[in-house]
This record gives sequence, structure tokens and C-alpha cells, in this order.
Amino acid sequence: MTTILAYPFKNLPTTSKWALRFAIRPLSCSSQLRAAPAVQTKTKKTLAKPNIRNVVVVDGVRTPFLLSGTSYKDLMPHDLARAALTGLLHRTSVPKEVVDYIIFGTVIQEVKTSNVAREAALGAGFSDKTPAHTVTMACISANQAMTTGVGLIASGQCDVIVAGGVELMSDVPIRHSRKMRKLMLDLNKAKSMGQRLSLISKFRLNFLAPELPAVAEFSTSETMGHSADRLAAAFAVSRLEQDEYALRSHSLAKKAQDEGLLSDIVPFRVPGKDTVTKDNGIRPSSLEQMAKLKPAFIKPYGTVTAANSSFLTDGASAMLIMAEEKALAMGYKPKAYLRDFMYVSQDPKDQLLLGPTYATPKVLEKAGLTMNDIDAFEFHEAFSGQILANFKAMDSDWFAENYMGRKTKVGLPPLEKFNNWGGSLSLGHPFGATGCRLVMAAANRLRKEGGQYGLVAACAAGGQGHAMIVEAYPK
Amino acid sequence: MVACRAIGILSRFSAIRILRSRGYICRNFTGSSALLTRTHINYGVKGDVAVVRINSPNSKVNTLSKELHSEFTEVMNEIWASDQIRSAVLISSKPGCFIAGADINMLSACKTLQEVTQLSQEAQKILEKLEKSPKPVVAAINGSCLGGGLELAISCQYRIATKDRKTVLGVPEVLLGALPGAGGTQRLPKMVGVPAALDMMLTGRNIRADRAKKMGLVDQLVEPLGPGLKPPEERTMEYLEEVAITFAKGLADKKISPKRDKGLVEKLTAYAMTIPFVRQQVYKKVEEEVRKKTKGLYPAPLKIIDFSHISFLSIDHSSLLPFWTMYKFGELVMTKESKALMGLYHGQVLCKKNKFGAPQKDVKHLAILGAGLMGAGIAQVSVDKGLKTILKDATLTGLDRGQQQVFKGLNDKVKKKALTSFERDSIFSNLTGQLDYQGFEKADMVIEAVFEDLSLKHRVLKEVEAVIPDHCIFASNTSALPISEIAAVSKRPEKVIGMHYFSPVDKMQLLEIITTEKTSRDTSASAVAVGLKQGKVIIVVKDGPGFYTTRCLAPMMSEVIRILQEGVDPKKLDSLTTSFGFPVGAATLVDEVGVDVAKHVAEDLGKVFGERFGGGNPELLTQMVSKGFLGRKSGKGFYIYQEGVKRKDLNSDMDSILASLKLPPKSEVSSDEDIQFRLVTRFVNEAVMCLQEGILATPAEGDIGAVFGLGFPPCLGGPFRFVDLYGAQKIVDRLKKYEAAYGKQFTPCQLLADHANSPNKKFYQ
Repeated sequence: MTTILAYPFKNLPTTSKWALRFAIRPLSCSSQLRAAPAVQTKTKKTLAKPNIRNVVVVDGVRTPFLLSGTSYKDLMPHDLARAALTGLLHRTSVPKEVVDYIIFGTVIQEVKTSNVAREAALGAGFSDKTPAHTVTMACISANQAMTTGVGLIASGQCDVIVAGGVELMSDVPIRHSRKMRKLMLDLNKAKSMGQRLSLISKFRLNFLAPELPAVAEFSTSETMGHSADRLAAAFAVSRLEQDEYALRSHSLAKKAQDEGLLSDIVPFRVPGKDTVTKDNGIRPSSLEQMAKLKPAFIKPYGTVTAANSSFLTDGASAMLIMAEEKALAMGYKPKAYLRDFMYVSQDPKDQLLLGPTYATPKVLEKAGLTMNDIDAFEFHEAFSGQILANFKAMDSDWFAENYMGRKTKVGLPPLEKFNNWGGSLSLGHPFGATGCRLVMAAANRLRKEGGQYGLVAACAAGGQGHAMIVEAYPK
Repeated sequence: MVACRAIGILSRFSAIRILRSRGYICRNFTGSSALLTRTHINYGVKGDVAVVRINSPNSKVNTLSKELHSEFTEVMNEIWASDQIRSAVLISSKPGCFIAGADINMLSACKTLQEVTQLSQEAQKILEKLEKSPKPVVAAINGSCLGGGLELAISCQYRIATKDRKTVLGVPEVLLGALPGAGGTQRLPKMVGVPAALDMMLTGRNIRADRAKKMGLVDQLVEPLGPGLKPPEERTMEYLEEVAITFAKGLADKKISPKRDKGLVEKLTAYAMTIPFVRQQVYKKVEEEVRKKTKGLYPAPLKIIDFSHISFLSIDHSSLLPFWTMYKFGELVMTKESKALMGLYHGQVLCKKNKFGAPQKDVKHLAILGAGLMGAGIAQVSVDKGLKTILKDATLTGLDRGQQQVFKGLNDKVKKKALTSFERDSIFSNLTGQLDYQGFEKADMVIEAVFEDLSLKHRVLKEVEAVIPDHCIFASNTSALPISEIAAVSKRPEKVIGMHYFSPVDKMQLLEIITTEKTSRDTSASAVAVGLKQGKVIIVVKDGPGFYTTRCLAPMMSEVIRILQEGVDPKKLDSLTTSFGFPVGAATLVDEVGVDVAKHVAEDLGKVFGERFGGGNPELLTQMVSKGFLGRKSGKGFYIYQEGVKRKDLNSDMDSILASLKLPPKSEVSSDEDIQFRLVTRFVNEAVMCLQEGILATPAEGDIGAVFGLGFPPCLGGPFRFVDLYGAQKIVDRLKKYEAAYGKQFTPCQLLADHANSPNKKFYQ
């Protein structure tokens, strides 16, 4: 990792102050490691609260995340979700009938399966007596599914929940124009031939122009990439810094893939095709190659490119969440506790992607932890520029004072603990499914790398954000 | 490290200075002294790009003053002479303004043609040099880029503008009775094509950045940034500069071409304009249109057309063109029309300030009583600016209509792309429509816009005072009822004030605020603050029957009736008034105001002012009202109004009414010109009397009120400017002539007579 970080520095004499720090950190952190080996004292021994049920993650799985338009392109969303559910059943051997409730997150809904959770559950062989609902909250839909489950368990309504998410960007609903739809609906109601003919005579060729699902923010009509580019500019994040960060994400993901760390993946036998076993968007490139790309949104001088943005992805994830006593009674060895969580929202125009900056300090304060207590950070990477802008915001006293109502800055998450197994930039980002991946990555990292607390954070369209503390289950 | 970098810069600077001083010792002296005293323009060098920053001291905006000019010339000469610099970026240090245009004070101060011409000449010289600059210059525009500012920008090789609401480009000189005097008439058509250029120059309209990009007026757009590590505005300026520098470098390295790809339509138009016949036809058409619109009262638009046309002539001529423009620019600036328009500009600036200072408490919650045309209009301009507004009416149908009106007003802006539908919805959510007084306990100000009836207003005032908090201000929107009479039943008259809006509220800029003797200063401050927030131009007048605006209009209206009684056709009367410069004909105006309203006002004021407000027989209005001819709102008045029909036909049913009230015309005062002057002099005389009586505080407010509220010809600059420019003596002579024919109604007031007696006396010094 040190080499990855030092590499760009050698190449570029004109790195900014921030990049300097970026490159120097490995040095300081390694010395820190030497001085204070492994054991770190935590502010709190556990986040268990009296009189509140502990909620645990028994396990979680996901289908391989694929670039949209590849192997999953002929599927429907519920097919992918079903694959995640059957994978979960297989992995945990949980008896279907103990599942009280199923919740899935999704963003771009297939109209035929608008409650995709129910369709997938039925197809996966869950009892038709198990209710299921679908939630949507842009890129934190799966987080919302999980926390909804946490709420149901903590309040004593349920003991066993399956939460997950799915997104199939290979196929999106493209509609007829409003005018055409209106004409067709009116035709449906027309009673006589005369009425029908008079309606048909109103038809114009431009009625046939299709309506694509908006990739833009409804309130501002701005696409997310455009907003990310402006955000990066507002925080003076350079193109090079963004490319470097994207390269880091891809390199770390490749390493994790090669070392078999991405254990939450369950192979998916695509009907009529080969079995898919791994993510296909991990493509470590070189800075030179990345520098050649033209800006994708703000042309011709922007800094956000295809290489430093997350790509359109197909994928699904699912997770078994239980009340601790139930899990233990059933003989499970849970992976982690789901602890305090927080949703935030801010200006959807200029602070669209700053959710993590706002949510992180709030959830830490709520839990009574500090930045130093966190052993594994798993942040959703929508764009390199977004992650780096969040870093700069968290590192700025000025921003904290003027926009967050805080006296001091939030503080930077140490990079050596940050998205160590890759992130959305490299692994992919199926909007509705990413939340579960983040939590499982945090839980698995805590088990693998050692450590107690993980912090998951994500931004979402609409200017919203989320953060949650994941606590490792004692071994 | 910072220190080290600073030293590096210093040493670089001194190195340059030493190098230069070898060759040009003399220049270096002047140069360095200028460097020390330079106040408007500074520049720094980033790599091989000079960043020239414009920053007029002690002002919110940058204006092209003499000092700025000379400093700019100096700086550019240094840049051209430097070996180190390969390109330049021109940017303002003020976030909301690139250059707002020429310094109007400087132009108004010019006493002779020669002075003005010289100004224009200097500007042209440096812009010509800039246009031919061997080193590419990029104009980085954020905020207003108007007049000379735009002429400067289009002389640069490349333009980058922020896509901010505040960024507007335009050549508004025509609105001041001048023409773009620094080469705009020639460069603009070349850049955006003749039709677009003429449109810009003749209307003076502001063009937003995204539109400017489409037209080819700017080459690149930069999106404004949100909060980052610095305040958004500051960082946006930095970002604009960074982007501009990359483009400047690209241009210097020839990696970017300053030439723009023109669309097919544009190419075809450009080609068509090269055919002399087509061109002549186009110009002829434009000229006809302009003559029709301006009635020949404004010389500037015609001159603009001439110049843009001449610029198509052969190259030999075009070298002389700048000199002609300069001369004509000078001539235009010296015209009465230009003086009048510039006076209005100054007046407007004055009326956009709160002379009472900041109010103790900001008005955040507004309540409006009456959801009629006025009430809803006031609601629209209030919610628009983020005021939480309650619109209360007595009936559900009335309320519905009012809310629909507000929505339609906002939706029209969406159609014009001035708002997004999302913004419309969030603005509209500031409005609460209701039939009761719920929520009035939180109101900071209540504006009543109920029917003009004193007893109704009294009732409403008492009802409202029972529910509003102590600090809440009660404002009455009335056009004629004296505020002190309304306030008579108030428990706290110091909180009562008049706010006279003009219909349609969202279009008419004027707000007349009326203070009584009891109105407290803080109440006035609040009312003005609300008015300013609503985007109004505000005059503050003392209470009295008809205040200022209605009082000036009434005698003129009375004269309108007399003229109609004397047998002048309403159409003829309309054409006489519009050709004098009124935007709306006098007969049409009565229809628009509403015959019943006119009758009401005529009766009320007639009672108070007696014979002076006489002239026409009010019986005419009474008969019209009884027949239901209320003007546009009832479909019939002097004219017939039909939905969707533009053409106006005379209402033939009026013939019998007019015939029954016919007066014999007096031939000695019935020429076309006399008819025009009978109307205008009565108006002017009453206006001056308002100043004499202290209703008006300043002549400037009188002029603004007359032009923006009543449509007094802008080319005359308002009644007071008109007296100054036309001559008090001549007006008094006219009044006396009409006095001889009609009596007291035309007796010149004392102040006007004083001005006539001592020619040195002017309303504007």
C-alpha cells in the first residue's frame, strides 16, 4: 500500500498540500504501529445498551457485482434478488419458517415487480406466510432495509429478519411519453368508434419519443456526476488526486479478490450461461491511462471521468439479522452487532454527496465513540472526487464551523483503515444493494484484521446520508 | 515553506524590474509609481499567464471610469511588453460584478460633446488593441457584464462565464438614450449575427449566461460552486480563474481554437446578410418596427441601426467607422432624451435605498387581506422572495381566484425558464390561503387590499388589530383614501402606513409608501424594507388626498374627459398621447384603470380640491358606470374587449353618451399639440404643487413615481426633469394660455411660477 501511495508522489512535483499529507501518512502510521502495537484502548468496551435488545448479523452474502450489460443483462431484478436469498439460505442454513420478515432496498424499480422483496422471497421458496416489503432511499436503500429490520427487532416486533437490496441497471423502465400515455389511457375509455377516431387524430409523431428514467436529481435537474464534479471543484480536489484514489480502490479490490477476502460473494449460476463467481469491474489501470480519459460530465475541463467514478452495476445482497438471544438459541455464532445508526440530509444541490461528513460525527457522538475507536472504515465510494471532498470537509475547521455547527473539524479517517478491500469504485455499486456489502465488508474486516468497531457511511441522491456502527461479535 | 515561496515571488519581481530598467529607465519610473498608486486594476502572473483583476475601490460594482481606463491601458501595455507573459485572464475581484458598464456619473458630468467623444475614443483605441492582441486574453465573467463591460469582453479572444443567476450580459445603453460607444455596434453583429445583435442593442435586454453560450456570446460556462473550504462565492471566483487560466494557456499553445463552430441556421443567416438586397430589406423592416414603437421620440435606437448597417460597408469605410460611432455616441449622450433617461436611472438607484435605515425587526410573516387582483399580486411578489405569506379573503371563490393568480404568475416564469417547476412549488408553499384569522398572531405585517371603501377598511382594521401582535404593522393598499382617515379608528396609529401598489403588481415596479404624521419611523423603515424585498422602486410621500400619484393623474383624467366631450375621437386621443411618449393612450388608460375606479377617485378628489380638479364632466363616467361600461374588466369601456381578440374596436354605444355631453371645442387651444400639452401641463402643474406642499420630499421621487407608476413619458424623464429640460417659462406660458381659455384649472402653481421667473432655478442642479 505504501508503494501505491508513494508512487504518484514521485511522478508529480506539483502535488497540493493535501496530497503531500496523503503521501506522508504511511510513514507516520507505520511508526505509530511500531510504537503502539495492536492493542488500543477503546472509549467504550461495548455499545450494548441496557434494556435494548442486541441485534446481530448472523451472516450476509451477495451475488458477484457485474458491470451492467454483461452476464446478468437478460435477468429481471427479482431473479438477482432471489439468487442472493437462496445464497443466504444456503450459507446460513436458516430454516425458512423462522424468518419473520423480509425487507429489500431498490432504487430504479421494475414496474412489474415493484415490491421486489415479495417476488424474490416467493421465488426463493420462503413461506408465503412471511411478509416482505421494499424500501427505497437511493444509494442507501439497503441500509434503510437493514435499519428497518434493526428497528423491528429492537422494538420486539420480530426476531429474525432478512434484509437486502438489489439493482439491475442492465434493464431500466423506459416509458412512453406522457402525451402518448394519456392518449392510450383515453383510448381505453373511449366507447364509440367516433370517439376513438377523434382521439387517434390527435396523435402526433413526437408522442413516440420515449421517456428515460432520470439519472438527474429531480429537485435540481442536475446529474450526480455533474454535482460530484462541482463538489470536487469546491473542495479543490484535483484530477490527479481523484485518479490516484480510484487507482487505490481498484488495486486494493484486486488484492482482496486475489487473496480471497471477498467471502461474502456467493456464486450465481445464471440461467443459460456460465456460473459467475467474482466481480468483473475491478480493473487496476495506470495513472497515465486514466489521465487520457476525457471528463464525463463537465466538458471539457471537469475532473470527474469514467475511471474515477463508480460504474453502473447489477447485483444483489442479502443479510440475516437476528435478536442476539434468538441467534444464540439457534446455535449461531454471529459475525457482528449492528449498533447506533444515523440518517442525515442536506442541500441536494451543493452538498449532494457530503452525507458521510455529516453522518460520521453524529453517529460517533451518539455511540459515545471517537474517530480513534474505529478500526475499520467502510465508506461508499460514489466518485473519487466525492470521497476526497468528504475527506477535505472532515478535515476542515472552517467547514465544520460554518456548515455543521461544530466548533472543530470532524477529523480524517486514517487511510490505512479505510476501504481496505476496495470500494464501490472498483467492486461496483448496484444502488439498492451496496449498503449490505458495506456492512459485511466492515464485519468481515473486523474478524480478519482484528478490531472491535467498524464505521459504515454512505451518501445518497436527494442530499441524504447514513452512517452506522458495526461492532465485532466477540470470538 | 510559505515564506520561502513568498521570497521566490519577490525575487522574481525584482528581477523583472531590474531587467526592464536597463532599457527603459524612464518608463520604469512611471511604471513603478503607477504600480504603487494603482487602485482599480492589479495583476499577478501565474506561470506565463497574467491575471488582471479589476476592482473599483469603495464600490459594490466595477464601472468604466477614466482611472480604470488609464490603469487598464497601462497594465495591458506592460503585459504586451513582457517576455514572460504569453496570455492573460481578465477577471473582477467582485463576486457579483464583472464590469457593470460605463460610469454614468462620468457621462452625466460631461458638459461638452468633445468630452464625451474623447471618452468614447479612448475606449475604442484600447479595445481595438485588445482585439488585435498577439497574446490571447480570456475574459472570465462572473456577475453583471454590461455596456462597456461587455464591449470589453467581446474584444477579448475568449470568454468564460459563470452560469450564475447574477451573471448577465447586455448592452443597455439604449435604455439611457445612448448607443454602445466602444465598438459594440460593430463587434456584436460579427459575433452573434445581425438579428441577435440588433435585438440586444435595441432592447438593451440582459442575457443570462446559458443563453449567451448558445448565442456564441461566451465560449465556455463555469458552474457556480457550493460550499467547500471557503465561502461559495469566493471559491467560485477562484475556480473561474483556474479554468480561465487553463484556457488562456491552451489558447497560447494553440491547443484551443478561439473560433466557434456556427450552426447551420447561423451560417445561412450570415450568408443571407451578405446579399445587399436581403440586408437592406432586413434593416428596413427593423427600422420600420423601431419607428413604430418609439414614435420617433427616442433617437438612439435609430442610430444603433444605422451603425450596425454601416459596418457592412467596404473595408475603407470601416476604418473610419469608429470615429463616427464616437461622434454619434457623444451626440446621443448630449441629447435631452439621454439626460432624461440617465436622470431616471439615478432616481431609480436612489429609490432602491431605505432612507429610514434598517428596521428593528425583520418582517418574516406577512398577511394579506383580500385575494383580489392587488392582494394576490402582492402575495406573488412576496412569496417569490421567501416571505411566509397568508392570503386571506372573505369568500372561498375569491380566495381560489387569488391563489390561482399567484400560481399562474409563478408558472409563467417556469414557462419562460426563469424558474424550475421545483422552485415554483417550493415558492408556492410559502403561501397559505385561508378564510379566517388563524396565524395572524405571528404576523409581522398585514397589508390590506380590500375594496376601496372607508367603512369596510375601518371594520377590517379593527378586526385585524384584535388578533395581531403588538409589533405588527398595518399597511393599507389604497389608491386614494387618506391613510390618516383609515388610521383614525386604530388603537396604535404609529403602526399604520399606506402601501400603494400598482396593477399588475408583478409587472409594475413602483410602490408608493404613504406616511401619516403619526406613523413611526420604524414602521416606515419596515414598509420600505418589505417593498425593497419585493423588488420595488419606492417613493415615500406624505399623506393627503390622492397622495402623489393619484393626485397627479386625476386632473389629467379630468382633461381627458373634457377633450372627449369636445368631440375628439378616443382613438385619436390615444394616438396623440402615445405619440407624446405615454406608453398607453389616455382613453385606453381609463379603460384599464376601470371606469368605476376613475369615477370614485374623480368624485373623492373633486370634493377636496374643488374647481382645480374640474374640467370634464364626471357625469360621463357616471353614465358609463350605470351602463356597465367599466372598461377592460367588464369587456366594454371606450373600446370593446374580447377574449383572444387583439384588435380594439370603439364601443359604438358610447356615441350617445358622448353626444349628450358634448361641449363646443375652443379652436385656439384645440390643435393636436395643444391637446397634448393640456394633458401634460395639468399633470406637471399638479406634480410641482405636490412638491410645493411637501407631499413629495424630492423631485427625483416625483419623477420616478410619475414614470414608473403612471407611465409619464420616460423620454421626458418625469414632470420635474421635463420642467428643467423644456423650460419652466415655456410651460408657464402654455398654462397661462389654457388658463385664459378654461380658467383656474390651469393656473400655474407658485413653485412653477418661481422657476419660470428665475431661469437659474432648476429641480436638478
